[in-house]
Amino acid sequence: MTRNTVITGVGAVTPLGVGARTLHERWTAGQSGIEDGFGRASEFDPKEHLSVKEVRRSDRFTQFALVAANEAIADAGWEDGKPPGDPDRTACVIATGIGGIGTLENQHLLLQEQGAGKISPLSIPMLMANAATGVVAMRHDLRGQSFGPVSACAAGAHALGMAERLIAYGDADRVVTGGSEAAITPLATAAFAKMDALSNSGVSRPFDRRRDGFVMGEGAGILVLEEEEAAEERGARILGYLRGYASTSDAHHLTAPEPSGRGASRAIELALEDAGAGSDDIVYVNAHGTSTPLNDRSETNAIKSALGDERAAEVPVSSTKSAIGHLLGAAGAVEAIATLLALRDRIAPPTLNYEEPDDGLDLDYVPNEARPLQNGDARAIGISNAFGFGGHNAVLCLEAS
Amino acid sequence: MSTTATRQEIEQRVFQALEEFGAEPDQIGPDAEFEAMDVDSLDLVELAQIVEDDYGVQLKGEDMEGITTVRQAVDLVVSKLP
Repeated sequence: MTRNTVITGVGAVTPLGVGARTLHERWTAGQSGIEDGFGRASEFDPKEHLSVKEVRRSDRFTQFALVAANEAIADAGWEDGKPPGDPDRTACVIATGIGGIGTLENQHLLLQEQGAGKISPLSIPMLMANAATGVVAMRHDLRGQSFGPVSACAAGAHALGMAERLIAYGDADRVVTGGSEAAITPLATAAFAKMDALSNSGVSRPFDRRRDGFVMGEGAGILVLEEEEAAEERGARILGYLRGYASTSDAHHLTAPEPSGRGASRAIELALEDAGAGSDDIVYVNAHGTSTPLNDRSETNAIKSALGDERAAEVPVSSTKSAIGHLLGAAGAVEAIATLLALRDRIAPPTLNYEEPDDGLDLDYVPNEARPLQNGDARAIGISNAFGFGGHNAVLCLEAS
Repeated sequence: MSTTATRQEIEQRVFQALEEFGAEPDQIGPDAEFEAMDVDSLDLVELAQIVEDDYGVQLKGEDMEGITTVRQAVDLVVSKLP
């Protein structure tokens, strides 16, 4: 018996504001959440959404996850924020790239300046990378499997993929899943800059000839996934389907993508196969599109190789990172939400700041203005790519209902 | 660090800490139970650190065993004042 996975709720905190629809609407309108070279979640005030205790006990990355999870669960119509079925069969899989690095940095400073006696007993529970998963599971009484995948900037997509597998395999009937990141900190920023990954210009312009690195962003994206029959039985509103997932490794270089896009291409092909879709079914590609010289070239190669040159030339390809920067371990989840909402509205949101084409980067990157999808009455199926340091490639295939 | 801290001062400091931990102000009082205020073992470790910083009283894990109310905690601190 096939157990299909439906999406019944979405929530997000991003540099474009608090709320998944806010992200979708503002990005589609061409707005940018990047200021002074950073994509900060500047509209987010934890005290507006969380109790004193929750704020005090959680790193910023956990706060993002809590607020996005609250939104997603309310959006899914779960009464009192609790699972609409057996809590034991309700899982929680939330990714992060680095976890509570802000807490780690602060506490390390305190250790050096004032000694071990001044360290907060909350340090470890706040900085541990699985904190968001544990706290969200506690808050909503999710008693099935819970963990957080670790795969840098592919982690958010890996979380959704693992969640889909939990449902398909029969280990869970519903999963709260996504990713969260709050790494705009002195150490993380300096370290990414030192390896020349960050943009010097402070402009996120994926696929443009002048692109010079990624812009750090922060935030979280959380989705509620449910087994299709269980969701239908409770009369849930179904936003769409997580049709397919695949993951591969470049096994090439610790931080640089394999130039031909071989591993990424294979992930796209396998995700389509998993979804039972062909390249002609794909009406939109939400690219990883980091605005780094290497990614955007190898990803373009991967899309061409997976979809075929002819189909790749027709399909709109855009990058959410042009509007919010790179949310690292949250990116895959936030961008899956952006993909789903775009597919639902049958629209391709734009790649902002795209003006000058680069040699060989010749796909339709939807420059600067959103455009209706040309798919007539066909199903709205798209893919969302996420690639991470370590050579991790994870691809999701989503369909709007 | 004061060796002349009064019981009342210590109690007020504990009340203040509990409010910082997120307990509802109208729940806080001498006979309030930690559990009812949703104050758990992590909060108590933090409370022990505050008490040590402010009054020089060292509380170990075993000292806190069986302590369930604010009054018991304040009594414990007072009994250990240097």
